Amino acid sequence: MTSREKILEAVLNNQPDLSPLPDISMFKGNHNNVVQKYMDVFRSIGGKTFLVENLDEVNALITEHFDINKRVITTLTDLSDRFELISATVDPHLYEDVELAIINAHFSVAENGAVWLTEDLMGQRIIPYICQHLAVVINAEKIVPTLHEAYDIIGLGNYGFGGFIGGPSKTADIEQALVLGAHGPLTMTVFILK
Amino acid sequence: MKQTKTKDHAAMAEAFIKDEERVDWHDGALWYIREKRDIASKKIPEWEQLREAASMIKNNVISNLHEYLLQFEANLKKNGITVHWAADAEEHNAIVYAILKAKEITQMVKSKSMLTEECQLNEYLEERGISVINSDLGEYIQQIDNEPPSHIVLPCIHKRKEEIGELFHKHLGTEKGLSDPTQLTRVARKHLRNEFLSRRVALTGVNFAVAETGEYVVCTNEGNADMGAHLSEVQIASMGIEKLIPQKNHLSVFLRLLARSATGQPITIYSSHYKKPREGQEMHLILVDAGRTRQLGRADFRDSLKCIKCGSCMNTCPVYRKSGGLSYQNTISGPIGAILAPNLDMKMHADLPFASTLCGSCSNVCPVKINIHEQLYKWRQVIVKEGYAANTKALGMKTMAWTLSSPNSFNTAGRAGRWVLQNIPFVVNNKLNPWYKQRDMPEGSGQSFAEWYQKNGENNKEDLK
Ligand code: SF4
Repeated sequence: MTSREKILEAVLNNQPDLSPLPDISMFKGNHNNVVQKYMDVFRSIGGKTFLVENLDEVNALITEHFDINKRVITTLTDLSDRFELISATVDPHLYEDVELAIINAHFSVAENGAVWLTEDLMGQRIIPYICQHLAVVINAEKIVPTLHEAYDIIGLGNYGFGGFIGGPSKTADIEQALVLGAHGPLTMTVFILK
Repeated sequence: MKQTKTKDHAAMAEAFIKDEERVDWHDGALWYIREKRDIASKKIPEWEQLREAASMIKNNVISNLHEYLLQFEANLKKNGITVHWAADAEEHNAIVYAILKAKEITQMVKSKSMLTEECQLNEYLEERGISVINSDLGEYIQQIDNEPPSHIVLPCIHKRKEEIGELFHKHLGTEKGLSDPTQLTRVARKHLRNEFLSRRVALTGVNFAVAETGEYVVCTNEGNADMGAHLSEVQIASMGIEKLIPQKNHLSVFLRLLARSATGQPITIYSSHYKKPREGQEMHLILVDAGRTRQLGRADFRDSLKCIKCGSCMNTCPVYRKSGGLSYQNTISGPIGAILAPNLDMKMHADLPFASTLCGSCSNVCPVKINIHEQLYKWRQVIVKEGYAANTKALGMKTMAWTLSSPNSFNTAGRAGRWVLQNIPFVVNNKLNPWYKQRDMPEGSGQSFAEWYQKNGENNKEDLK
């Protein structure tokens, strides 16, 4: 017998009588004031947020807050005259020196501050993790209250890789002292388009 | 790290509490995390319903695991992920080695995975000439110190920053005396970035695996799992078979509970959903039994397989907080470790179910509502019946002795002190406890531990010598 057969047989013999799945459809968030709530939560995690009218404003804020003399990359075609467009096909190691990546997210979650991204929006899977600073653009009306609404939108999902990102990378492994910037970005900024 | 058991939990704990200042600090650090968990959970009005839902989902998983495993396997294959099955630690390690060997790769980067700690994968690979680097900062620190993690979420919670500074001085050449957490983290960031960039294979653990879609979710705060995985040409995930959940939308329940229970965060910074290899990449997933099917067959203990490894039962446990994770000498320490370990080796871990006051605090915080303290009590009975109690009676007494004869640590955790007494009658009024033989335990209600100790402590101490 292979290990697969052995394990499956043992599971079948040892599992108890079927216990029903619960109904989780009653879990719902409150849609009131989600934009403000999102910004409050995200800031409490150590992220920065800006409520903006349009991409021109995003452009100006980026010049103001980041060192654009270093390597800045984006998937937003509207910003491609200023910054390098991310290529989906080059070796991901070549993005090792990226200072700032500016990408779109599908939506964000008010209750926990996280944005939801799939690899098509990342440009490449490695981008939001390898850059020193991450900037994400979302639409205000795309903010949902909780993860229940989030997974309603995601559904089964037709992606190879997707992820929630809820702030700059962090660690508290040394004496519980919070340090922002563990292995991923040192900062994360979310621009919310009104 | 190799875990050989030379001393029992009580003896290890005794050594740990000798450094009173450290015990108080350790105790306080964990209690602080427990308090953060309380604050986070109270912000969610439906918290208790979420725990109930999570518990029911996991009950369903355990009862229908055969079906879910088959469904998960079929979906993984559809997604282009190679599936492996490992009956035990040895087979798991051999599978990883074979994958590396086929590519002639001798270096691997690994994110946090208690399963691979349990399998002692690093040692196995290193004996075969493969270097493994743990990329989670806490695990990395434990690795360079040649120690196993002492906590499943906070691997080096028992270490002071000066000790970590010393390790960095020795291994990474930092300035002597440097102990600032931010500066040390920056040094590790720089060092490990090079490792991520140069290693061709990355191994991750798995927090949740979705049967319905054949994807798995990995949760980290540091971003280390993603740095490794997305730069690798071969990605390996190792998971215990109990990590399955039936449906994608069940993730909403578990991800709302996990980080809040673990550290009081609303969600881990990264919750990564891996489904298909990227162009040119190879992905493998190893399903590991290593005692899980045996535990599944133990009606009284199978609920332990519902665990989502949040660590909150450790943070709240008065014995864990005062004895430190390493004293358990099992990869998973604390209350949950004490009900998982006897399944792996009942004789070796016979002492662990006795390392508890049975106060029930663990069961109260557990996000999947495992009846941890009841299982601890049941394990004690099994261990006695199976004849492994020979030395645990003495141990039981010693555990009580060190817990109760340490008034200082209890005063700093006065909150804990009060309920210990209230629960002590429950612990001692059973035949297993030698203390009970000639002694009426005081009534717990109203009286503070300090008061009681002042009255009775010294006398009892004499008796215990
Ligand atoms: S037993 Fe419960 S509280 Fe303990 S680590 Fe597992 S899920 Fe968390």
